[in-house]
Amino acid sequence: MTNKNVIKQNKSAGANLLENGLNWVDERFPLTSNIKAHLTEYYTPKNFNFWYYFGSLSLLVLVLQILTGIFLTMHYKPDAELAFGSVEYIMRDVPWGWLIRYMHSTGASMFFIVVYMHMFRGIIYGSYRTPRELIWLFGVGIFLCLMGEAFFGYLLPWGQMSYWGAQVIVNLFSAIPFIGPDVSEWLRGDYLVSDATLNRFFAFHVIALPFVLVGLVAAHIIALHEVGSNNPDGIEIKKLKDKETGIPLDGIPFHPYYTVKDIVGVVVFLMVFSTVIFFAPEMGGYFLEANNFVPANPLVTPAHIAPVWYFTPYYSILRAVPPFPGVGFLGIPPSLFPGVAAMGLSVMVFALLPWLDKSPVKSIRYRGTLYKKWLAAFVVSFVVLGYLGTEPSNIWGQFGAYLGNADRATVVARFFTIVYFAFFILMPWYTKKDKTLPVPERVTG
Amino acid sequence: MKYIIKKVLLVCAFLPSMLLPQAGFANEDIHLESAPIDASNHESLQRGAKTFVNYCLNCHSANYMRYNRLLDIGLSEKQIKDNLLFAGDKIGDPMKVAMNKADAKKWFGVAPPDLSVEVRARGADWVYSYLRSFYRDPDSATGWNNVVYPKVAMPHVLYELQGEQQFDHETHELTLVKPGKLSATEYDTLVGDLTNFLAYMSEPAKQQRNHMGWFVLLFLGVLLVLTYKLKKAYWKDIH
Amino acid sequence: MGEVSYLDHEDSMAENRSDKHQDGSHANSESNPNVDLDKRNFLIASSVVGAIGCAAVAVPFVKSMTPSERAKAAGAPVEVDISKIAPGTMMTVEWRGKPVWIINRTAEMTAELGKHDAQLTDPSCEVTSQQPSYCKNADRSIKPDLAVIVGICTHLGCSPSAKLQPKGDMGDTWSGGFFCPCHGSKFDLAGRVFKGSPAPINLVVPPHKYLTDNTLLIGVDTEEKA
Repeated sequence: MTNKNVIKQNKSAGANLLENGLNWVDERFPLTSNIKAHLTEYYTPKNFNFWYYFGSLSLLVLVLQILTGIFLTMHYKPDAELAFGSVEYIMRDVPWGWLIRYMHSTGASMFFIVVYMHMFRGIIYGSYRTPRELIWLFGVGIFLCLMGEAFFGYLLPWGQMSYWGAQVIVNLFSAIPFIGPDVSEWLRGDYLVSDATLNRFFAFHVIALPFVLVGLVAAHIIALHEVGSNNPDGIEIKKLKDKETGIPLDGIPFHPYYTVKDIVGVVVFLMVFSTVIFFAPEMGGYFLEANNFVPANPLVTPAHIAPVWYFTPYYSILRAVPPFPGVGFLGIPPSLFPGVAAMGLSVMVFALLPWLDKSPVKSIRYRGTLYKKWLAAFVVSFVVLGYLGTEPSNIWGQFGAYLGNADRATVVARFFTIVYFAFFILMPWYTKKDKTLPVPERVTG
Repeated sequence: MKYIIKKVLLVCAFLPSMLLPQAGFANEDIHLESAPIDASNHESLQRGAKTFVNYCLNCHSANYMRYNRLLDIGLSEKQIKDNLLFAGDKIGDPMKVAMNKADAKKWFGVAPPDLSVEVRARGADWVYSYLRSFYRDPDSATGWNNVVYPKVAMPHVLYELQGEQQFDHETHELTLVKPGKLSATEYDTLVGDLTNFLAYMSEPAKQQRNHMGWFVLLFLGVLLVLTYKLKKAYWKDIH
Repeated sequence: MGEVSYLDHEDSMAENRSDKHQDGSHANSESNPNVDLDKRNFLIASSVVGAIGCAAVAVPFVKSMTPSERAKAAGAPVEVDISKIAPGTMMTVEWRGKPVWIINRTAEMTAELGKHDAQLTDPSCEVTSQQPSYCKNADRSIKPDLAVIVGICTHLGCSPSAKLQPKGDMGDTWSGGFFCPCHGSKFDLAGRVFKGSPAPINLVVPPHKYLTDNTLLIGVDTEEKA
């Protein structure tokens, strides 16, 4: 008994020390109040489902990418003569370098997988709707930044795909009327993709964009915690609060409930992630392309070049849109600009969602069949365009002379490009017309 | 609307073709033999290493591969020094080649590529099939051509071992017209070992990677059970 | 669902809050009859296993900063043919990016080593970090005629110049050795520092061994006889 008492006293002495320490910090830095505001007293809807894992997973992958990136930077050489070799040096000579590099290369693809899932969640549950428009816009910013990171980072191994991918994308800027060619040259810092380009892409990849990315992520989360999370029912839990405590009736503190839940999601994610890293880091050529094991050669283009899978839906749109034929008598030359503009729009159009959606309900649970059909059509378009972007445009052969011998795949891509954009452009119309279901007061399931 | 339905039907007609196998690096019309790859077969790797050093390393470098890495496939330091190392090289040196790149370009038209990661670029099956598919072609500069890699600049270096093949452009078949020092099976084993070694060299950490993967997954499995129970313990208050 | 779950949930929240009021941790839950053993046990188990996982992940990252295979290859032991060093002269070889002197000392030179102990800071090589134990002797060498010394001044890292012959431009009292041009440290032909030099301790004798009479391997220790 006495022993137990002594232990108890010791414990409370330790607890006192902790409390005093915490007070000392709190007088100088809002630690406790921040923990409360963002974790223990941040009230989240209690009905989050599968789709809600991907926000915390995106954050996890961001941290992993930064961490592995720092360690890769210690060994990588941003020099056209040395870059390819330094990556192989990491894969062979640096202790555990292969693991860190595979974590980073796999992490890039996983980043897009979790972010696409996260974005899809936002779309199906109407998370972009009032009052969360800014969260969505910061999110679109993060997505753009991520695409930039992926693009700049992909040049760094200095393989054939790195090189020609960068060449093609930088040349897209040439299609901008009037200033295009100068813009491309300015981006490259040379007349072709070269050492100068590699060096500046490295700077963008490891310093410039990560700063912007982290800043946007902070803004994304601050904005989220200001208005509170949406949920699969798309109703505001803040509308119904306990009269005494002021706590939303359907809210539970993020910590410990969602921390322990997200950790389960993290472990499952890590299992998938590890399976790829340890058993299929190339992922059949989708995560690491075979041609990128050939050093960059400015004189030889590989027979078939395609961007990495996460860019292929937009790339398909680029290829699908026919060039502007030019107007001879006005002296306007033919131009690739329509395709380039369509590709840019296909990414930027996500930013308009909060203002295109006119439905009285947020969540897909209470929407009618019209919206669901359009969404399904969009998903199919995205997947088919994504698939076609990985293949050469003659993959399905040509139509006969009656259709001008057009590539079948190009015609299909054109059709789905139209569906892709129609999903957005017609949204104000079909969301208004859609027959919605009544939304409950309290969250379900 | 009718138009859209028509379009959808059109797409459905194409769906089966989406399931067709993808085109790889090489010309899709060429049938590739499956290479006997086994990174755990040290004897095969050692034989392959010897063939590589004797036949390939005269022109092709493997700049990212160090000789002492061969300790991993069961060779001793002394074996590497006595059998594989060129005079003057140290055991920690990479497998460089004495030939000057400019000279090589002059002689062959192209500089022989570094082979460190060749298998990752082309695939083991491609390399294996390529090494078996040389044939006599009086029209080419070297007197040799290859079914897998038409108009290749490299002559058939293993000619003495394999002998001479001829290619029938109509039946698309290779026939051995002049036997070499090795029988057809012996030659296939030699090339198989060589390919196995090239595959090993393209990613020496691969075996360790696969091996580790199981432990990592096992560990994560345990962690998954624990964290899931933890989640259940907390969430029983909610539902 | 509905009302029941709502009440349950409120209960748990109340419990949570009271927990926090006690001391911000679950330390006192032992005395609480409603203690949730499931929560506590799985919290501890997950934390321990999770911490092991984090530590395991840290290992490759920490190890990736240790010398790579390239660095190891460059720092590998160096084999030297010493047959061509004439008595009274020396040669310099590179080992791990540092100059290593191999001096073929004449009989007079070795004899001279014992005569100036009084002028040395550490004549009997008491600072053990400066030479392997098999060289902690009067000549600081395995073979008395052959000295193997890292040519880096122990003061600030310059490489001293060889002044092997007595007298000369070093003055009449000079008995042969090394002179550091940076700050004037003086060493004898065994690399021992003379008193009054800015350098605090003797030059380093690297690990080395003789493979044959004429081949020296620098970077590997001689196995010592027990």
